[in-house]
Amino acid sequence: MEEKQPHIVVEDLTMAYGDFVIQQDLNFCINRGDIFIIMGGSGCGKSTLLRILVGLKAPSRGRVFFDAIDFWGASEMEREDLMHRMGILYQSGALWSSMTLAENVALPLREYTRLNDAQIREVVALKLALVGLAGFEDYYPSEISGGMRKRAGLARAMALDPEILYFDEPSAGLDPISAKRLDDLILEIRDSMGATIVVVTHELASIFAIGNNAVFLDTASKTMIASGDPRQMASSSPDEGVQRFLTRGDTFTV
Amino acid sequence: MRDPAGSASCHVDHKADGLAEIRFEGDWRIHADLPSFADLVRRIESLRPAAGITFDSRELKAWDSGFLTFLRKLMVHCQSKQIAVQVEGLPEGARRLLQLATAVPERQGARREARRTGWLARLGGSTIAYIAATKDMLAFLGEVVTALGRLVTGRARFPYRDFGVLVQDCGARALPIVSLISVLVGLILAFVGAVQLQMFGAQIYVANLVGLGMAREMGAMMAAVIMAGRTGAAFAAQLGTMQVNEEIDALATLGISPIEFLVLPRMLALVLMMPLLCLYANLMGIAGGFIVGVGMLDLPFKQYLVQTQNAVALNHFMVGLVKSAIFGVIVALAGCLRGMQSGRSATAVGGAATSAVVTGIIYIVVADAIITVICDILGV
Ligand SMILES: Nc1ncnc2c1ncn2[C@@H]1O[C@H](COP(=O)(O)OP(=O)(O)OP(=O)(O)O)[C@@H](O)[C@H]1O
Ligand SMILES: [Mg+2]
Repeated sequence: MEEKQPHIVVEDLTMAYGDFVIQQDLNFCINRGDIFIIMGGSGCGKSTLLRILVGLKAPSRGRVFFDAIDFWGASEMEREDLMHRMGILYQSGALWSSMTLAENVALPLREYTRLNDAQIREVVALKLALVGLAGFEDYYPSEISGGMRKRAGLARAMALDPEILYFDEPSAGLDPISAKRLDDLILEIRDSMGATIVVVTHELASIFAIGNNAVFLDTASKTMIASGDPRQMASSSPDEGVQRFLTRGDTFTV
Repeated sequence: MRDPAGSASCHVDHKADGLAEIRFEGDWRIHADLPSFADLVRRIESLRPAAGITFDSRELKAWDSGFLTFLRKLMVHCQSKQIAVQVEGLPEGARRLLQLATAVPERQGARREARRTGWLARLGGSTIAYIAATKDMLAFLGEVVTALGRLVTGRARFPYRDFGVLVQDCGARALPIVSLISVLVGLILAFVGAVQLQMFGAQIYVANLVGLGMAREMGAMMAAVIMAGRTGAAFAAQLGTMQVNEEIDALATLGISPIEFLVLPRMLALVLMMPLLCLYANLMGIAGGFIVGVGMLDLPFKQYLVQTQNAVALNHFMVGLVKSAIFGVIVALAGCLRGMQSGRSATAVGGAATSAVVTGIIYIVVADAIITVICDILGV
C-alpha cells in the first residue's frame, strides 16, 4: 500500500446540544482514499458528528482539520469553499421534490461552475448514468422508487466531483441486493475517483465489505471506545460492547 | 482552495497502419477551458483512421467529469462512425468510470420525449381537465356527505381529540385577527357613510348603515375571507403535507377513511365556529361604527344605541349567520379538497394552499350573490 495521507483530522472534539453533551474527547484521523465508518448504537450521536463534519453544526470544543486547514477556525468564505469539495447523501435522499432528477443534479453545477446549459446537460447525463439511472432525467423524485431516489441523491452528491463523500445510512431501507449494489458503487467511486468516503451505518455486511477504517461511538461513556479496521475490531477489540455490536451479540469472547 | 485551473489541450497524431492517437495534455477539469469537441472531430475525420483510435494520457495532469463527458461524446461519435477505440491509453480511473456509466443500460421506454401540442389540442385538453376537476369536486362532496351520514348514525371513526384542537384553532385563535379586521371595516363603513349623510344632516343613520351592513353582509363576508386565508390554506397545507409523507395512504391501508378521519372534523369545526365568528365580527364592526358615530359625529351614546337596535332586527342577523355557515362549508371544502388532491412535492403543497384560498374566495362571493338574490325574492 502507498503512504497514507491524512485527509480529515478530528482533535479533542466535544459535541453538545446546549448543555447536553452527546460525545466528548473524540480523536481520529481519516486518510485520503479511506472508506471510514462511523458506527455505534442508536442515538449515540453519529448523525450529529456528521453534521459537524459537513459544516452544518459547530462543535462545542475541539477542532476538525481538512488538509491541515482548521475547518471551524477558518473564515466563513474558506469554510464554504471547503464545503463545495464535499458531497453528501442524506438518509432519505433529500432530493428537491419540485425538480426533476436532472434539475436536482444540475443545481450545484449551475451555482458553482461556469458551464453552459449544453455542458451541464452532458455532465448530468454522465452522473445519472454512473448511478444506473440513464434515461430518468425528466422524472420527479416522487415518481421513482426509494432505492432509485438514493442513487439519484448520490448522483447529486457527486455533481461537483467532491474529494470527500459523506453517506448517512446509505443502505437503510434498501433490499440486500440493492444495498450490495450501492456498496459496490461506493467502492468503485473510491477506486476510480480517489475520493475519501465517510459512511454512517449499522449494516454489518456493509461495514465489513467496504470499511477499512472506523470509529465506534458509545452512548454510555459518551466517547469513542474503539477505532481502526472494523475486521480487527470484531476479532480483537478488548471492549465487549464493540464485539457484541459487530457480531450481533452472537458470540461472547471475554 | 482549489488549484487554479490550468490549460487543457488535445492533439491528434497519425500513427502507422491507419491508427490515430489522441494525446491529452494539461488540466482537464470541469473548471478549465476544455478544447472544442467539434475541432477534435474534424481532425479525426481528416485523418480517417481506418484501424481505429488509441489514447496517450501521459501528459494529462488532472481530470474529472469534464474529461469524462468529453470522452463519452467521443465514444458515441466513434460508435456512430464505426471507428474502433482502444481505451488502454486512458487513465485507469476514467476507464472504470466510463465502464460504470454503461454498465446499466438505459431502460427501454423510460426516457420521456417532450411532445409539442397545437392550440386546439391544448384547448381540448384543458376542457377535458376542467370537466374531470368538476367531477372530482362533486365526488368529493358526495363522499363528505355520506361520511356525514355515517357520523350521524354513529358508524364513522371520528377523532374527537383532534376535533377539539381544530375547534380551538378555527374559533378562539382566530379572534384577534377577526377583531382587528371587523373593527376597521366598521370604522370604514361609518366613515364613508358619515361624509355623505352629514350633507343631509342625517348623521344618525350611520347607525343603520353600519348595523345593517355588518349584520347582513360584511360580518359574514369578512369572517369568511379571513378564514379562507387563515384556515382554508392551513387545511390544504396540512393535508398536502400528509399526502407527501404518505400519511393519507397509511390511513387508507388501515381501513380508516381519510374523509371521515381528516376532512369531516375540519369541516364540522369550521361550520360550527363560523357563525360564532360572524356574530363576533358583527359586534366588533358595530363597535367600530360606534367609535366614529360617538367620537367623530358627536352623536349621543344612548341615541346611537337605540337607533342601532331599531334598525337591525333579528332576521338581519339570521341572514348573516346562515350565510356564514354556508361560507364555512365552502372554505372547509375548498381547503380539504385541494389538500387531498395535492401532488407529492413542495411546490404542489404550496399550489394546493394557494388554490384553496382562491377557490374559497371565488365561491364565497358567488354564493353571497346568490343568497342575496334569494333573500330579495323571499323578502327577508
Ligand atoms: N436538535 C437537537 N436538539 C437536542 N438534542 C438533539 C438534537 N438532535 C439530536 N439530539 C440528541 O442527540 C443525540 C444523538 O442524536 P443523533 O441523531 O446524532 O443520533 P444517531 O447516533 O444518529 O442515532 P441513529 O442511529 O438513531 O440515527 C440523541 O440523544 C438526540 O436526542
Ligand atoms: Mg442518525
